[in-house]
Amino acid sequence: MSGIVTQRAGSAQRRETQVGESLLVRVLLILLALAFLGVFLVAPLATVFVSAFSKGVGPYFAALAQDDTVDAIWLTLLTAGIAVPLNVVFGIAAAWLISKYDFWGKSLLITVVDLPFSVSPVISGLIFVLLFGARGWFGPWLTEHDIKIIFAVPGIVMATTFVTFPLVARELIAVMQAQGSDEEEAALTLGASGPQILWRITLPKVRWGLLYGVILCNARAMGEFGAVSVVSGHVRGLTNTLPLQVEILYNEYNFVGAFAVASLLSALALVTLCVKKIAEWAASSRQAKRDASSRALAPVQNAVSLEGVVP
Amino acid sequence: MTVRVENIVKRFGQSSESAAVADVSFEAQPKAITTLLGPSGSGKSTLLRLIAGLETPDQGRVFIDGKDVTTLSPQHRNVGFVFQSYALFKHMTVADNVAFGMKIRRLPKAQVHKRVADLLALVQLPEYGGRFPSQLSGGQRQRVALARALAIEPQVLLLDEPFGALDTQVRLELREWLISLHEQTGITTILVTHDQEEALELSQHIVLLNQGRVAQAGSPHDLYDQPADEFVASFLGGANVIKSRVSDGEAKVGTQSVPAPAGAREGTPVQAFVRPHNMRVRRPNGDNPVDLGKIERLTRVGGYVKVYVSLPSGESVVVLMAKGDLDALHVEPGDPVAVDMVDAKVFVQSYSI
Repeated sequence: MSGIVTQRAGSAQRRETQVGESLLVRVLLILLALAFLGVFLVAPLATVFVSAFSKGVGPYFAALAQDDTVDAIWLTLLTAGIAVPLNVVFGIAAAWLISKYDFWGKSLLITVVDLPFSVSPVISGLIFVLLFGARGWFGPWLTEHDIKIIFAVPGIVMATTFVTFPLVARELIAVMQAQGSDEEEAALTLGASGPQILWRITLPKVRWGLLYGVILCNARAMGEFGAVSVVSGHVRGLTNTLPLQVEILYNEYNFVGAFAVASLLSALALVTLCVKKIAEWAASSRQAKRDASSRALAPVQNAVSLEGVVP
Repeated sequence: MTVRVENIVKRFGQSSESAAVADVSFEAQPKAITTLLGPSGSGKSTLLRLIAGLETPDQGRVFIDGKDVTTLSPQHRNVGFVFQSYALFKHMTVADNVAFGMKIRRLPKAQVHKRVADLLALVQLPEYGGRFPSQLSGGQRQRVALARALAIEPQVLLLDEPFGALDTQVRLELREWLISLHEQTGITTILVTHDQEEALELSQHIVLLNQGRVAQAGSPHDLYDQPADEFVASFLGGANVIKSRVSDGEAKVGTQSVPAPAGAREGTPVQAFVRPHNMRVRRPNGDNPVDLGKIERLTRVGGYVKVYVSLPSGESVVVLMAKGDLDALHVEPGDPVAVDMVDAKVFVQSYSI
């Protein structure tokens, strides 16, 4: 018994000397980190839920059941439902092009992919107003043909797609470049065509990166405020997404309503993080399982004799 | 199937002066193993990728079985390519990896199944169909890569440094195994390696490349016994270099006089290349003392001894002798010895070196 105790004390001591910081410094640093997290992350998140439920559960659900809010939920889902698949297709195409081919203007394309991140979302929205607004480039033609883009759903979808474009593409470019093209070249020499290589080799290879990109893209598509705010026109029940609805309710001093909708968005974010975590966990546990089973089968036959069958 | 490349030139980027492959022509004989041998940067891998169609030549043509395939996509060349990194499909089982090419060709399921089993038996991995590549050792992955390449019944098998990433033991085993495999399949094979021993042992034909050009092509014996120039002599087999000058139409190398290369004028500096096993150390026996060397060091390597001798000209040479032969001489480091050369190749010294 005493032996065990000494051993523990000994190993603890060793660890202490390895870290090289005194106990006091370590406790202080940990407290500092926790305080920072508490003030900037936990407290705001908690405030959202506390304010939302400040008048009880009944008013909370009543606020969510309002017609305008329900419409905003549907519009948000519709926007993400269109923007995310579009960006998956664009993202795969752009990443494939950038990571597999060398061509003139490649660095330009990489810069363009990043553009939506480097400009302010408000300006992103403004671009679409200048293009499709009543006095924009295509405005007269659109009015003539009675097509509404700005202050309507198409504008919201376009702005959201634009703002969230880099999320899938960037993730995939990084993964594809890291993995190289060996497997694709092998598939090519085995007779596979371009689409076959994409479908059978590249996409399975990058599936976790793709899932991660989709999750991030979805979170941003649902939460985008600036660009959507510019193009939406804030027509209640028609062109309000959830983030815009939060702003409207808040400006009307409907705090329970505003925070109820905000809590919905926060919950979406938390669910997104959980899904992401599960995806990562699934990926790593699959790998671990493979490693474990290969260890179990460790005494592998390494002898090379020759009684094979001639093909 | 004969593979022939004609005047292939390939440049990467804008560098106009140095081509990765500069005007290379050679022919790989059907049913033989041809080795593209050379130091790193000699363009051997690029040449292999050009034959597979993974690179496009700037000039020149590639023929497989007499057919010009220069502009044909690798998809349709029907060559089996084994990558240095194996390039196995990590998300597929071993069986699916081997079946891939056949599935692309839409072969009937039963046939694919049977052939996968046959091929896995051929590469000595019959029980491994359900494993993933990450569960295999390097040598096993290499064999799966070979099975996958053979599955499409390729006209030509191209191997890029097939044993480069393996440890010596496995490498030697696989080398033996590849020779037997080739005897069974009889498929025209082109192999890239920087390992001269591998080239000498595996192939019927060696194309030795240096800086994107063919230094010499021929049978392993030709290259080893009749090196065309200094590069070939020093790259293949390792050789002692002894400097000398032409005098009276001969060059003095150690205790011997060797006929000078044709056209070498009186007083021209020459270099002699002598293989370590083509030299003999003996006790002085009436030799002119100025011709004698001195033993610096003796290193035993298995049944052989490496004798390091400093020659009177100042050069250090390595002599490889059977242990019994050396023991009979009763020599020790510091002793004066005469060094006889059995077979010295003399070249006019190039001033670029």
